[in-house]
Amino acid sequence: MVSIRDIDIITLCNYLKWEALAVEGTILEMKDIQKIFPGVQALSGVHLEVKGGEVHALMGENGAGKSTLMKILMGLYHQDGGHIRFCGREVSINSPSIALRLGISMIHQELSPVPEMTVCENIFLGRETLIAGTPFIRKKEQKENTRKLLEEFHLDIDEEAKMSSLSVAQMQMVEIIKATSYGSKLIIMDEPSSALADAEVDDLFETIKNLKRRGVSVIYISHRLEEVFEIADRVTVLRDGQYIGTLEKEEISKDRLITMMVGRELSTIYPKISIEIGPPVLEAKGLERKGVFSGIDITVHRCEILGIAGLIGSGRSEIVRAIFGLDPLDSGELYLEGERISIRTPRDAIRRGIVMVNEDRRGYGLVLCRSIRENIALQNMEHLTRIGFLIRRKVEKERCASMAKRLSVKAASLASSAESLSGGNQQKVVLAKNLMTRPRVLILDEPTRGIDVGAKAEIHRLMSEFASEGMAIIMISSELPEIMGMSDRIIVVGEGRIRGEFLRDQATQEEILKCALAG
Amino acid sequence: MTKSVNTELIRKYGLLLVLVVMVGIMSSVSKYFFTVTNIFDILRQVSINGILAIGMTFVIITGGIDLSVGSLVAVSGVICGSIVFNNPNSVFFGIIASVLVSGVFGFLNGFLVKQFRVPGFIATLAMMTIARGFALVYSDGRPYVLTSKSFKVIGQGYLGFIPVPVCILILVIVLMAAILYQTKFGRYVYAVGGNSNAAKASGINVGFIFLAVYTLNGLIAGLAGVVLASRISSGQPAIGVSYELDAIAAVVIGGTSLTGGVGRIAGTVLGFLIIGVINNGLNLLNVSSYYQQIVKGVIIVGAVILDQASKKRA
Repeated sequence: MVSIRDIDIITLCNYLKWEALAVEGTILEMKDIQKIFPGVQALSGVHLEVKGGEVHALMGENGAGKSTLMKILMGLYHQDGGHIRFCGREVSINSPSIALRLGISMIHQELSPVPEMTVCENIFLGRETLIAGTPFIRKKEQKENTRKLLEEFHLDIDEEAKMSSLSVAQMQMVEIIKATSYGSKLIIMDEPSSALADAEVDDLFETIKNLKRRGVSVIYISHRLEEVFEIADRVTVLRDGQYIGTLEKEEISKDRLITMMVGRELSTIYPKISIEIGPPVLEAKGLERKGVFSGIDITVHRCEILGIAGLIGSGRSEIVRAIFGLDPLDSGELYLEGERISIRTPRDAIRRGIVMVNEDRRGYGLVLCRSIRENIALQNMEHLTRIGFLIRRKVEKERCASMAKRLSVKAASLASSAESLSGGNQQKVVLAKNLMTRPRVLILDEPTRGIDVGAKAEIHRLMSEFASEGMAIIMISSELPEIMGMSDRIIVVGEGRIRGEFLRDQATQEEILKCALAG
Repeated sequence: MTKSVNTELIRKYGLLLVLVVMVGIMSSVSKYFFTVTNIFDILRQVSINGILAIGMTFVIITGGIDLSVGSLVAVSGVICGSIVFNNPNSVFFGIIASVLVSGVFGFLNGFLVKQFRVPGFIATLAMMTIARGFALVYSDGRPYVLTSKSFKVIGQGYLGFIPVPVCILILVIVLMAAILYQTKFGRYVYAVGGNSNAAKASGINVGFIFLAVYTLNGLIAGLAGVVLASRISSGQPAIGVSYELDAIAAVVIGGTSLTGGVGRIAGTVLGFLIIGVINNGLNLLNVSSYYQQIVKGVIIVGAVILDQASKKRA
């Protein structure tokens, strides 16, 4: 256990308060929470109850209200109605620093440590151990405390290492340690496994179990059902800003969770329609980019969904980015319906009917400060203008509206900014933009990452629909079930080379993984 | 919950309110303020800055900035000055030549940004001194005194009862607004400023957009230079110092974000009108121009603070 001498005053008070509370007791009670934003009721009558030392999963589709609820808990928003009780006391959390002082901290989906500072400096950022009365830091003491914390969590990380040298998984661990060093009794984890490989997820779960043993509670937000089964003690489900229910561990089942989240039965997550594959549309031969990938031969046919599997960092995204013209190619040839073509910029690709949905939708997919309508229109301006440059507003409004409708984009108005949408809806806007002019080839890079089950199924359904209408689809995904469920053919990429190819019926998860890992 | 598109609207009406309040205050403090003569004086006074500010709006929406426009005003002034001085009747040629030369400098700005990825701030900062040097070299450091009657019309004439510079300003506003809101190009300007990566991935030629906005700004600065030369009846190589700051001030007050992606012409118009009203009012009250500098700075800061405050919600 951490000795009294090592903890600062705030942590000490938290510690003592906690000791006064029974371990089995309820540590957090959010009752009847209401939150209204202009034009939309984000939360109505939401309850959340977390016990001491439990892992409580919070699930729901994007837009269900999970992040709004957590932001209220973290002091970023204030609730319009309802009460919050923490450790038995009614609290009003008006700012993140109050949340921290109470003992609540959050590990965000997008980590933001200070990259050039060391692990030790990041952990103690803002509450450095000072030589009493002076602004000078007790570096040696801080380093020792950091080392102790790292040891407690069995982490093999150098406290003097720069944050930027750590992997995403390690950065996350550091964030967790930082949270516990604040004396946090409740840690909120937002999609913690989304950027982790399977082995790293196991380490994460070990750390979470460690936290449980120390009496720390975790609110675990994730879309990954398998993980929730493994780690959660209880699950609370939200839908459309409302509280749907809480399940005890024994009651948790995939079907039940999906039904609660979606409000309807989902017969299958991967509604794949069987269609006859057509002639080749796009052929890539001998693609190479020095140091990134080489010897890449890919062919995709009409009506075909080609899945590209592989580990994170294997070069898949780089390959399709080069095909699309976003990155340069050192050598290789591209053929579109038999004809040799040259693609040097995305403009070339788009003009030829090859479009791409980037894996980074906020960075490459959307102009967040502009409206939804403008975003949908952006790639298609040539079809929405008269004399080549004058915008035809009425046509633009109609066509954008019909695309948004086809993709079921949920938004108050197409004039709202793209930033205001949930992740799943943002992805649909990107799709709408790419599909407006019926491309020949649709490249999707992690199309359903960070998206809830309902929206995911919709996107899969749309993919099947477009394939059956003649489109050739290339899909990169790190979720094996998705690749196996949606693809007609799967190619496996490892370390910049193609490692194998499987037909739909031949593939098993183990074989694909083995192929991807082959040295 | 609509964010930036709505806050722009709120900003715009807020600005309009500020302008109305300013006009109210000035009218009550000085009886000369709200007269036809004075109103047109104000409009004529702001026309040069107004023209520059409209062009600057485009550049700032793309996330860039152009510090060279003041020097380009001088360049344009000496070019048309030299032409009209030597040939008082070739006014038309003088205008075209000076606008084009400024355009070339603008093009160079854009070229540096596009080809060498020099940040707009640095490229135009350099061009500011280069262009100034060019104006001085070209004119040998001396102004051209112009007596051409036909040339005088531009800066000192009237179209009906409206001063010609004001007509030109209105024309620039209408034309640029049309380009920004009604054309594909205008859309691309917003996209490049909002997220140049996403713009590129959507097939937009980002480099071309940069080239185009800086060239356009150069041409517009050239036009402003011609109007100014006509107003003061001379082509002066030393004129226009700090004009870029006034233009930027108008754009910023008008709600266009320096980070790009958002901004409206109407905002810029309100921006330079507010500055103009306050300057004019303070002049009528015989307040020293030194104080006016301080006031202008305070307004800029105030406007940005209001802008930040309106963005913080929930």
